[in-house]
Amino acid sequence: MLSQEVLNELIKILGKENVLTSKEDMITYSFDATADMPSQEPDVVVTPDTKEQVVAVVKLANKYQIPLITRGSGTNLSGGTIPIKKGIVLSMLKLDKIVEIDAENLTARVQPGLVIQRLNEAVASYGLIYPPDPGTVTTATMGGSVSECSGGLRGLKYGVTKDYVMGLEVVMANGDVIRTGGKTVKNVSGYDLTKLFTGAEGTLGIITEITVKLIPAPKYRRSMLAIFDNLDKAGKTIADIISNQVIPATLEIMDNVTIRTVENYAKVGLPTDAEAVLILEVDGSIEQVVVNEFNTVQKICKENGAVDIKLAQSDAERDGIFAARRAALPALAQVKPTTVLEDATVPRSKIPEMLKALKNIAKKYNLQIGTFGHAGDGNLHPTILTDESDKEEMERVHKAVDEIFKVAIELGGTLSGEHGIGMAKAKYMEWEFGQEGIAVMQKIKDALDPDHILNPGKMFGGN
Amino acid sequence: MTMYDSLETVKAELAKCMKCGNCQEVCPIYLEERKEGTVARGKIKLVEAVLKGDLKYTDGFAEKLALCLTCKACNAKCPCGVKVDKIILGTRAAIVKNKGLHPLKKFIFGTLKRPGLFNFGLKTGSVFQGLVFKKHKSLNGSYPRFPFGLDLKRIIPPLASTPLRDQLPEVVKVDNPVKKVAFFTGCTMNYLYVDAGKAVVNILKRNNVEIVIPKDQHCCSMPIIAHGDAETAKEMAKSHVDIFGKLDVDAIITTCGSCGCTFGHHYQELLEDDPEYYEKAKAIAAKIIDISDFIVKEIGLDKVKLGPVNMKVTYHDPCHLNRGMGVKDSPREILKAIPGLEFVEMKNADRCCGSAGSFSLTHYDLSMDIHKHKTEAIKATGADAIVTGCGSCIMQITDGMNRFDLNLPIYYTVEILAKSYAAKEAEDKKVAS
Ligand SMILES: Cc1cc2nc3c(=O)[nH]c(=O)nc-3n(C[C@H](O)[C@H](O)[C@H](O)COP(=O)(O)OP(=O)(O)OC[C@H]3O[C@@H](n4cnc5c(N)ncnc54)[C@H](O)[C@@H]3O)c2cc1C
Ligand code: SF4
Ligand code: SF4
Repeated sequence: MLSQEVLNELIKILGKENVLTSKEDMITYSFDATADMPSQEPDVVVTPDTKEQVVAVVKLANKYQIPLITRGSGTNLSGGTIPIKKGIVLSMLKLDKIVEIDAENLTARVQPGLVIQRLNEAVASYGLIYPPDPGTVTTATMGGSVSECSGGLRGLKYGVTKDYVMGLEVVMANGDVIRTGGKTVKNVSGYDLTKLFTGAEGTLGIITEITVKLIPAPKYRRSMLAIFDNLDKAGKTIADIISNQVIPATLEIMDNVTIRTVENYAKVGLPTDAEAVLILEVDGSIEQVVVNEFNTVQKICKENGAVDIKLAQSDAERDGIFAARRAALPALAQVKPTTVLEDATVPRSKIPEMLKALKNIAKKYNLQIGTFGHAGDGNLHPTILTDESDKEEMERVHKAVDEIFKVAIELGGTLSGEHGIGMAKAKYMEWEFGQEGIAVMQKIKDALDPDHILNPGKMFGGN
Repeated sequence: MTMYDSLETVKAELAKCMKCGNCQEVCPIYLEERKEGTVARGKIKLVEAVLKGDLKYTDGFAEKLALCLTCKACNAKCPCGVKVDKIILGTRAAIVKNKGLHPLKKFIFGTLKRPGLFNFGLKTGSVFQGLVFKKHKSLNGSYPRFPFGLDLKRIIPPLASTPLRDQLPEVVKVDNPVKKVAFFTGCTMNYLYVDAGKAVVNILKRNNVEIVIPKDQHCCSMPIIAHGDAETAKEMAKSHVDIFGKLDVDAIITTCGSCGCTFGHHYQELLEDDPEYYEKAKAIAAKIIDISDFIVKEIGLDKVKLGPVNMKVTYHDPCHLNRGMGVKDSPREILKAIPGLEFVEMKNADRCCGSAGSFSLTHYDLSMDIHKHKTEAIKATGADAIVTGCGSCIMQITDGMNRFDLNLPIYYTVEILAKSYAAKEAEDKKVAS
């Protein structure tokens, strides 16, 4: 519980209507989109609408040593916004302005509470896009996605959030405000602090402004869906496409469990006996190049023994193909009450191996696991379908998750391709970085947030 | 046990929610308030907390649960198929059970305090009394006969001196009827938009459809359900099941999505644990059809009957008509078929207008904040008239235009169709003479 004194000071800074304390409100900020996590109510939720208020809140948290959890839309999948040590939740949603669109320099400057899609809508009339497109592009904030370094369906060709963040304004744990990077494409002055804060999950500072790179929208695209009766053939197709120097914008895979579930849910005409389907899209600004690439992809699929290939002849058919992919998570989520979604990522060439390992893990622990994901960049989403209230099964789930991460790392991969570490994966960090690696990160944390006020309990576990 | 008697039955719905937050994209309340407690997943978390015993039926809980338009936008977006409105309505009933009807009363008196309303309340006090709590012969005691949300608006359409049903015979006969239907007028048409009600009758007559307009029909009970008074709603449901169940008709026509949903879904939910009434409610539900769907799908739009209506119009999708009854295409088909009429889509035509019946009274400012986007979308079309298919939306849009400086006529889809029929008849007459 915070003292009345602290609450009064918060009210003085933000005004009464921006300081929530009711039990009911606290319950609604005790969770985020992550399954199988404990809920914890914060002491207070504040909704600043100016940077000055953010600074004042940080200084107050510092003065009284109160945990401060920055929150965007709370859609992260790693328990990143659960106020596990209670404290102040700093909701950034009112800081949602587009400060500037600089079409000449292909940049935009935005506040962190802006929903990603709003930026895309605003730059569309300039013929520009902001490519990072997580599944939550219409709900997640710029601040949240920068802090998780979100990916999306276009990651293979267009990269992920960090490839578009050019500069930041950050409020440090002591209340100092710093600016990193800027509008210039080239910038090597000093350490690359922009990259440091990108993906820092609110543990190093609070982002109050973001400068991002925009790109011209590709004018042409061609999409297809290829069906395989064998995982290795699908895997070899992925490798061959890339080695033929075609970089599709989208290269997604769904395994048999996912295919069957999607078909059962959405009836989109997928063959339920297929071992894998690939969903591919090439795009670009020169039609002939796009067509050539498309033909190459098609040829490679055939050569590798795709049992069927569906080419989208119209926008409607394209939407149909993508609907199948988009239905993956919803369809899986309907099967059982609890959906544990991971994002273990392996080098592209190891995808067939990883998919086989996942199949074995499902068998070993007698669990339903459907896997889909961004095959082109090795980012898979093994999705365990379970029931939180079944204690015995949850034990098996936890063992299976441990094993999934172990295999991913053994294959030269990483714990998280895009969802971040948060609370959910903190305990595995040492597997990936070793004690020495953790120690380096810990030193950075200690230097920037010596009292561990910012989002405690995340990234490193018990701090 | 129905979903209105025990929260246990909404548990299955709660379990489906994976807290993904996708509902944030569309919830009109959340888009204004930007607080987790206003979006579906936040309210779901609160209901879960009550079920777990972590939270009591507090005033704060009741207030949060009141923050929902039951516009079903979240249902449509939800990847897990959660029927959020079911959770909300079931929980409101539980709140009334646990806290009594207090919130409802508070609301009625609250409205009287609203500026600008007091005058109206004074002038029409007696009329209002009689309308709202009218004794009904087949029911015990008084029940709210007129939906609360509709009577005390700032910009209130004058109450018809004679309600629609008093102006019409109980049976409208035609020669050689192609179909026989019952017409459920709903309160808005009966008391306020009488002309639209007459348009419905004329259109049906013109298409050789025989109409029964049961005199003892009353409010569908949607406003009562929305406030959680399940007991009254059950009585009203049974009464309508009796009234409409005994009619030998091919279809029961509704002219408001909320009424249609109440007959089509809620009566069955309310009467679930009464096998006899449940079966009857189900039979009635199967006959429920919106007037525009009836015209397009059951009798067919006969273009020969259509004369020119020179207007540029845009169409607003009422939530319960669109997402509740699935009626989206028929009104557009009607409008697009009319010669001389230019149809322009507005942006986000299916976004809630913020009325939600009585929500516009209990949360007037928020309701108008939500509504502002609607007026802006209408303005941007450059249309010279607005068309929609729900009386509650018509009132809200009228009020909204007044507030946000727009002054356009607004019609039911059937009124435009009636205009078109009339134009054709006038043309034919001219040719004949
Ligand atoms: C259905 C579904 C699909 C998803 N699909 C994808 C996908 O395809 N790709 C992908 O990468 N992710 C995906 N995600 C995960 C999630 O949407 C992203 O991580 C998203 O970017 C989080 O944004 P947010 O605004 O919700 O952030 P939040 O969840 O609110 O916060 C995320 C983290 O950022 C921190 N933070 C937020 N704002 C700030 C700030 N201003 N300054 C400092 N720290 C801050 C928080 O403390 C927290 O640690 C998906 C999630 C769901 C539920
Ligand atoms: S969209 Fe559906 S599943 Fe997701 S949080 Fe909202 S109600 Fe729950
Ligand atoms: S029904 Fe409408 S108002 Fe209610 S929670 Fe869903 S989207 Fe929000």
